[in-house]
Amino acid sequence: MSKVPPKQEGDPNTTGHSWDGIEEFDNPMPRWWLWTFYATIVWGVAYTIAYPAWPLVSSATAGLLGYSTRGEVAAEISAVEEANAGINAQLASAELTEISADATLNSYAVSSGAAVFRTWCAQCHGSGAAGFVGYPNLLDDDWLWGGDIEAIHTTIAHGIRNEEDPDARYSEMPAYGEIFEPEEITQVVNYVMSLSGGAFDPALAEPGAELFADNCAACHGDNGLGNVDLGAPNLADAIWLYGGDEETLTETVTYSRYGVMPPWTQRLTEAQIRAVALYVHQLGGGE
Amino acid sequence: MTDQAQPPSLYAAREPIFPRRVSGRFRNLKWVILAVTLGIYYLVPWIRWDRGPSLPDQAVLLDLANRRFYFFWIEIWSHEFYFVAGLLIMAGLGLFLFTSALGRVWCGYACPQTVWTDLFILVERWVEGDRNARLRLHRQQKMDVRKIRLRVTKWVLWLLIAVATGGAWVFYFADAPTLFVELFTGQAHAVAYGTVAFLTATTFVFGGFMREQICIYACPWPRIQAAMMDEDTLTVAYRDWRGEPRKHSQEAKTEPMGDCIDCMACVNVCPMGIDIRDGQQLECITCALCIDACDDVMERIGKPRGLIDYIALADETREREGHAPRAIWRHVFRPRTLLYTALWGGVGLALIVALFIRADIEMTVAPIRNPTFVTLSDGSIRNTYDIRLRNKNNEERLFRVFVKGNPALRVQLEGTPYASVTVPTDTSLLQRVYVIAPPGSDPAEAARTDLRFWVEDLSNGDRAYKDSSFSGKGDAQ
Repeated sequence: MSKVPPKQEGDPNTTGHSWDGIEEFDNPMPRWWLWTFYATIVWGVAYTIAYPAWPLVSSATAGLLGYSTRGEVAAEISAVEEANAGINAQLASAELTEISADATLNSYAVSSGAAVFRTWCAQCHGSGAAGFVGYPNLLDDDWLWGGDIEAIHTTIAHGIRNEEDPDARYSEMPAYGEIFEPEEITQVVNYVMSLSGGAFDPALAEPGAELFADNCAACHGDNGLGNVDLGAPNLADAIWLYGGDEETLTETVTYSRYGVMPPWTQRLTEAQIRAVALYVHQLGGGE
Repeated sequence: MTDQAQPPSLYAAREPIFPRRVSGRFRNLKWVILAVTLGIYYLVPWIRWDRGPSLPDQAVLLDLANRRFYFFWIEIWSHEFYFVAGLLIMAGLGLFLFTSALGRVWCGYACPQTVWTDLFILVERWVEGDRNARLRLHRQQKMDVRKIRLRVTKWVLWLLIAVATGGAWVFYFADAPTLFVELFTGQAHAVAYGTVAFLTATTFVFGGFMREQICIYACPWPRIQAAMMDEDTLTVAYRDWRGEPRKHSQEAKTEPMGDCIDCMACVNVCPMGIDIRDGQQLECITCALCIDACDDVMERIGKPRGLIDYIALADETREREGHAPRAIWRHVFRPRTLLYTALWGGVGLALIVALFIRADIEMTVAPIRNPTFVTLSDGSIRNTYDIRLRNKNNEERLFRVFVKGNPALRVQLEGTPYASVTVPTDTSLLQRVYVIAPPGSDPAEAARTDLRFWVEDLSNGDRAYKDSSFSGKGDAQ
């Protein structure tokens, strides 16, 4: 190992700092270090010229290379879209009911449909597709407008009760608050509660049955099993979109419910709509 | 700085070293180790191993693309990486064990730097001659035809060895015969060429030119080894109490002289360029070639062998007082080495046990908690689980999935009306599984019911299970 030479007379190369007799040499920086340092300065300046850097009032300098992270993302997205163009075209043109038999196409549709769902559908139906009060649960086997792949596709494409799409479907339940007397509503509600096996008052349900047959059975069916062609919910099952207790049912019958879903043909491509339909169909409730 | 005294430079130019040829028992041992280790390294990727039509036929293969490691009959998936960690721990403990017992035997015999440098020196000797001839050639200023011819021949031979070394490395990561052809026809991946080029360059430069400098300046091991050596560690040393005062044999024998005749044989054969008679030093890799050289001289002058020998420090005082050294096994077997051996063996045993008890079918169960349960139209409560089934067999298998825990629970597989699912060869399959509790049943009403998923390989009845739980309505209604 090197030995520090003994300090010689007139040796000026110290910083003048001294601690307990230990002095600090004032050696120059190593040349390689100094040149690296200068090079980083040059590099830094050149970098701010070549790349977006200096903030201006409302934007920033664009840089000579014209690079932007946003542009890079856009390029990546278009590259992915280009790569998927073939399978998307295949997805959009294939027979809807036969897609699930094609393992490759189905697996692509379900995974891309999951992404579409999380982007566009999860706000109302929840990220797990379990829905919320007023927003149908897509995991169960109860469907207002049908649960086979074609019905799901139609619902997604055109939506429910919206003005934008002429093919949008409407379920028109009158607000019976304007038609029935309050006690008649209570009677109908008790009859409906009897259909799904819950607790009810037989004395009220008996006249309610007659009112139901005259007013409700046209859409909901004689036994309250509903009708997917009219979007009339099944009243005899365990699933309630708004709630199955007396208070909620009274509100539903009195004011009716007008759930809305936007048509997606205007925002999504046919391949995306089919993908998300296939995704929803395989969540556990598809027919 | 003016004309003041410059501080000494921290840079030391390399002193070329020309190790002389030597023969003896340690040299022979080193030849054997060199042949075996290089043989293993170059040839292992070429061993074939039949694994059926869909898996690679290479006995030892690190298939990074498919995250599989094949070692003869053992196949390790990426989630079993702890086997590799265990092997690395064993390698570390083994190094501790050997260092505490025998000093730097790894450095002296088995380290790739030592083995390849040895090979390169061998080539150098074949081409340019032994120490004296190489020294003459080195000192010859004029670049005449002979010097150029010898240098170029040597470098070409080194380069061929280096290319073979870099080339052999990549064969561990892809099918060797295929890649061999691809490498020569320009079809191999750029990563393969890059790796071959890099390892060719390092082998050529490290083995041909840097040699002992790697050990002295680049390698951390010489710094760490001191912590693992003690006075019982056997290491190469010079019996100065026997050798000193050294003398040239032609000098007058007027006073009692030591056995060392200062013939410099030990220095001339040293690949590290040191004098072992100066005592233990950082540079010494304990290759024991000086032992061979000195034993040879001692035999010729009629003195007992072992002037330079594997000696434990604890024996020095004993020998100075005229006692015989303790037996080697008493140095080797001491609590420290026994502890290292026990740890090493323990890890090894654990790995072997783990290897044999791991199942050929594996599954993981991930309950879906968004939502925790779904109410079906008939009032049933349904839970959903993502089950990953791994089929490590080399043929596709049919797996039946069922649950135990509560007789009311019913299983349904997504996408199939059957209770079984086919998992293709050597893959894992993600299967969504529904478990349904009928309305009013205990699991439907309780907040939580424990259950156990079973999977059965229908071809041989092998089973595996994972515990999970079923979420019912509980208080949520």
